[in-house]
Order: sequence, then structure tokens, then C-alpha cells
Amino acid sequence: MEKHKCDKCDRPATYHSVEIVNGKKIEKHLCEYHAAEEGLTFKVAHKPINELLTNFVKMHSQDQSSGPNELVCDHCGLTYAEFQERSLLGCPSCYQAFARPLDVLLARTHEGSTEHHGKIPSQSGFGEQHQQQLMRMRKRLDEAITAEDYELAAHLRDEIGKISGTAEGGETL
Amino acid sequence: MNLGRMTDHAGEWLRGTGPQSDIVVSSRVRLARNLAGYPFVNRAANRQRLEVLQRSRQQILEGQLAEDMIWVDLNECQPMDRQLLVERHLISRQHAKAGDELPRGVAVGLNESVSIMVNEEDHLRVQVLRSGMQLGEAFEQINRIDNELEKRLDFAFSQKYGYLTACPTNVGTGIRVSVMMHLPALKLTGEIDKVKRAAKDMHLAVRGMFGEGSDAIGDLFQISNQTTLGRGEQEILADFQHTVVPQIIAYEQQARQALVRQRPALLDDGIWRAWAVLNNARLMRTDEVLSLISQVRLGVTMGRLEMVSMRTLNELFLMTQPAHLQKLMGSDLDPAQRREARATLIRKRLGQA
Repeated sequence: MEKHKCDKCDRPATYHSVEIVNGKKIEKHLCEYHAAEEGLTFKVAHKPINELLTNFVKMHSQDQSSGPNELVCDHCGLTYAEFQERSLLGCPSCYQAFARPLDVLLARTHEGSTEHHGKIPSQSGFGEQHQQQLMRMRKRLDEAITAEDYELAAHLRDEIGKISGTAEGGETL
Repeated sequence: MNLGRMTDHAGEWLRGTGPQSDIVVSSRVRLARNLAGYPFVNRAANRQRLEVLQRSRQQILEGQLAEDMIWVDLNECQPMDRQLLVERHLISRQHAKAGDELPRGVAVGLNESVSIMVNEEDHLRVQVLRSGMQLGEAFEQINRIDNELEKRLDFAFSQKYGYLTACPTNVGTGIRVSVMMHLPALKLTGEIDKVKRAAKDMHLAVRGMFGEGSDAIGDLFQISNQTTLGRGEQEILADFQHTVVPQIIAYEQQARQALVRQRPALLDDGIWRAWAVLNNARLMRTDEVLSLISQVRLGVTMGRLEMVSMRTLNELFLMTQPAHLQKLMGSDLDPAQRREARATLIRKRLGQA
């Protein structure tokens, strides 16, 4: 198809129509601007694509109840906002607590990956639940010692020792 | 232990030997590991940090992970000794500078080729450092150490994310593979920027020799992987061994040969001026020494200057740094005194050579 200029100016025509009126063929070729002026099309204020995307992402993240900044790790109390400030997570459980926003971040830093490939500990002694339980108990142990509740501390130490299969170094505390 | 004894010789990684040691100064592999069931260092209570430190130290020393393993309690030693360990690449700047209240340490063994930092950003940072292009050997060694540690300590690990680390940039394998390359010809011909761009495209970081945030003084560039999640250790290693390092070596060699063919006087002028300054200057700054040594090193590896050995250059490289210099002189020196002592030391050592 040959290229037409706008009937009313020199800009390239983006609107084309052919009408037959009383047996006569009437062609119209209009640019974006003049077509809109005649009410044949409506003009869209162009938004840059990244702005659209940002808005979309914002809307999307507001969807998720309260947004990632409000997320808190149950085990160590770190908030996602604190993590963003310092780029350091507080404990292994943070990976679960912040999984959703973290996966986006991980994909960005690790060439799109969000899952481990590679070495697995041969003695993967403790499952993840086990690891979390240990961390909870050690936290309680620390609190017990701070509160000088030595009876509870001794009990917790025994329990931790049983679970971890190691004699928890009582003398080191 | 007496850190003072370290000062009069260079560690394994500065021996100046090993494959391709004319361009690859050293190979390094490090693993980040955390003990299961504890918060990471930055969020652990001090009692927990102490417990992590004591358990780790015990297992590291009992595990016989490397010959002649020694332990240094970093919060009990002098800032100067910590700086000495930084200059020898046995601990990070961050590990040296952390506050006195943070219980932390380092185990060093096998002629300083193995170091294990405890309570740095992660509970354990294991490092193997070797002279020349020896990434394969370094990896095998660090893997053996890791296996032994794993029998003794449970590491935080998840099926999905792999080894869990305080910073998500290390999660997965927790591995950082890096080579320190001497690239004076690429720097001189301005082609180093191409290398940097190519490295970036491959998701590699190019830094100065003291790691993050440091400039590439002395034409030394440290190239390391950034991706630790989703790619296996062998895959990451193979990239370096078969693609990255051979290619950069080839570029540097081409640039060196082009200099010999097209601008031999320019090349020799740089080398011999550097030699002249090193032999005659009365005051010398550290960064100046490093860039002069870089020129002379280029001269030695290209056979254009034969009056000094690589070993001597490497030793000077280390001994002229602030903590080493002061240890050697046996006293604290202010920067002006150091400049003078540095110049004197260099003239003496080169005079012997």
C-alpha cells in the first residue's frame, strides 16, 4: 500500500477510510492528530511503558494484603523493611518468612534462579523444621539465662542436647 | 601465637609460582556456611555468638582440616595484627574492623593457604588461596574441608535455597570463586574496559585486590562470580577454567605482544623508569610501590628485565604495606616515617637481588 500524507498537513496519515457517497468514492487520509480532531479516533496520552509496569507492580503488591515491608520473621523478629535497609537477613527462617519478595530479588541477583542446584550436605542431619525448632529453643535458652532462671536453662540445654545429638556446651555459657 | 613471624616471608598465594602465574597471581575459593539452629551473626545474641565461636573453633581445630592450623582470637589481638592479616588476605577488612564486643576469630593453616573466619558476616567463611591458576586444586581442597566440617557441625540448609547465608547474594552454593589477574598491558592499551564489560555480561564482578570497593591498584584485578543460586559449584568453576580465565589471559598476551611489536620503547620506558624509581627513591607511598612493582613484574615476565626475581617482587609487594612495614621496623610509624622506611626497605632488598 502506498504511503499517504495527511489530507490536512504534512504528517504521515495513520487513519484511512474509503466511503462511497452517492456513487462517488471519497478517500480520507488523516494523521493521528487530525483524525482525533475530527472525532474519528481518540487520542491516548502516551505513558512510558515502564511507568505502566511500575503502577502495575504497585497495584499488584498492594493486593497482597499489606505489602512486603510489613512482613516479619517469626523466629528472629526482623522486618522486611529492616532487611531492605541493611541487605542482611536475620536467621535461616527469614528465607521462608520473606519468600515472596525475596524470590523476586533472588531472581534478579542470580540470573533468574530461585532454586538451589549443587552440593547438598551428605549428612543433611536436620530437616528444616528441626533447624527451626532448635533455633526457637536456643532463643528460649538465651532468655532463660538472661532472666537468671537457671533451672529452666538447664532443662532447655538438656532438651537441645537430645535434639541436636551433641552435648550443648554448658560450660561455655 | 606470634604473628610477628609472618612478616618476613610471603604466604603461599604470593609465591609467584603455579600455572600461568605470569598473569594469574592467585586463585581463591571461599564458602559461606552457617550453623543450623542459630540466628545469623548480625542478629544473634552475644552469648549465641560466643557459643558459635567456641563450637566452631573446637571442631575446626579437632578436625585437622589443614596442616599446622593455628587460631587467632581477633577481638583480643592488636589492631596492627588484624591489619597484618588483612594485608595477607587471611581475613577481610570487615572482620578486622568489627567492634571489640563481637567475639570472632580466624583459623589459618597449611602455609596460609587455608583460612576460616568465624563470625564474620556468616558464622563460617572458609577460604583456600593458591598461587597461580589453581582453581581446580583450590576447590578440591575446600570441598574436603567442607565435608569434614559437615561431619562435625550442622549447617543451615534448605532444599529450595541451598546453603542459607546472611546476605541473599551468597545463598545456594555459598561459593565465591575468584582469580587475581595482573593485566598491565590491557590497562595500558585501554582495553581493560572491554574485559570489564564482557565480565559484566557473564555476571562476574571485577574489583581491586582488596575486594569490594577497592581500586585496581598495581593493575591487579580480582574477577569473581556473583551468581551462587541455581548453578552448581562445578559449573561455576568450569566457566572460570575453560572460558573466563583463558580468554582474559589470551587478551592480555595479545596486548603484550602488540606492545612489543608496535611500541617497544614505550613498554621498556615504563619498565625501566619503574626500576629506576624503586632503586633510588627516598620516600614512597604504598600505592606508588604497587604500580611500580606492576611495571617491573611485567618486565620480568616478558624477559625484558632480569635483575630481580618474582619472589622478591612479591615479598616487597607485601612487606611495603603499612602493617607489615611497621612490624618489620618493630615500631609504630606515622605515614611520613613509613614513606621513608618503605623506600629504604625497597632499596635494600633490590640491592641484594
